[in-house]
Amino acid sequence: MSWFLFILLSVFTLGGALAVVATRNVVHAALALLVSLVAVAGIYLILYAEFLALVQVLIYGGAIIIVLLFAIMLTRSGEYPRISDNRQWPLAVVAALGVLGVLVPAFLIRGVDQSRPHHPDFPELANSLFTRWAIPFEVASLVLLVALIGAIIIARTGEDGR
Amino acid sequence: MVSLMHFQLLSAALFAIGLYGVLARRSAVLIVMSIELMLNAVNINLIATASHLGYRDAGEVFANFDGQIIAIFVITVAAAEVGLALAIILRIYRNRSTVNVDEIDLMKW
Repeated sequence: MSWFLFILLSVFTLGGALAVVATRNVVHAALALLVSLVAVAGIYLILYAEFLALVQVLIYGGAIIIVLLFAIMLTRSGEYPRISDNRQWPLAVVAALGVLGVLVPAFLIRGVDQSRPHHPDFPELANSLFTRWAIPFEVASLVLLVALIGAIIIARTGEDGR
Repeated sequence: MVSLMHFQLLSAALFAIGLYGVLARRSAVLIVMSIELMLNAVNINLIATASHLGYRDAGEVFANFDGQIIAIFVITVAAAEVGLALAIILRIYRNRSTVNVDEIDLMKW
């Protein structure tokens, strides 16, 4: 059962990712990205990370895909004829295979002491987040605030209409 | 039994696909999507490691979910990054009427 779910979710994750990098239609790419991200939420569920799965569906599925679709519609980038890959795509294949060739052997060497998947519950996670990780948590909220104010300032139209 | 290694191999494949997308795509929006794929690969790796590796104390294994918390921070930064990227893409589109990255060569030497 575990294998079946893992294989199914991996197929959806990698298939969606391949569609994102291969399709010629930008809106289709955004929808394929949604499939991939929701399948990743399923992977988190297999790993007993329910909170992360929830956050993944809410933030990626709900917010980030919508923002990307807004970007596509507002820039009309779907109407561009030369939407496909640029000239350096063979180089990109080589770079991606190179990274894969480094990562896969590194992961195949099993030097770590593994135990069964744990099942941390919500209170433990919240305890850790608001005690040990309280300062990074506050810094993250500050980063989000500054980034969104910056986004508004960059994207707004000035008085001269530019 | 699905082990840690299989999740790590999945995350490596996802990361490589995202890297290909960042290097090969032409539209800035598609590059942002590929960056999201790479961030998700990192998150899978963090969460898989966090749920498989606990710490041992007096012969008993305790859960250690620092990886999950770091993944929450990664998701936060990804949200901030997408917001800023949308703003910058809109600005570039307004000024230059294109979002193709190889036509945005004003700062290219």
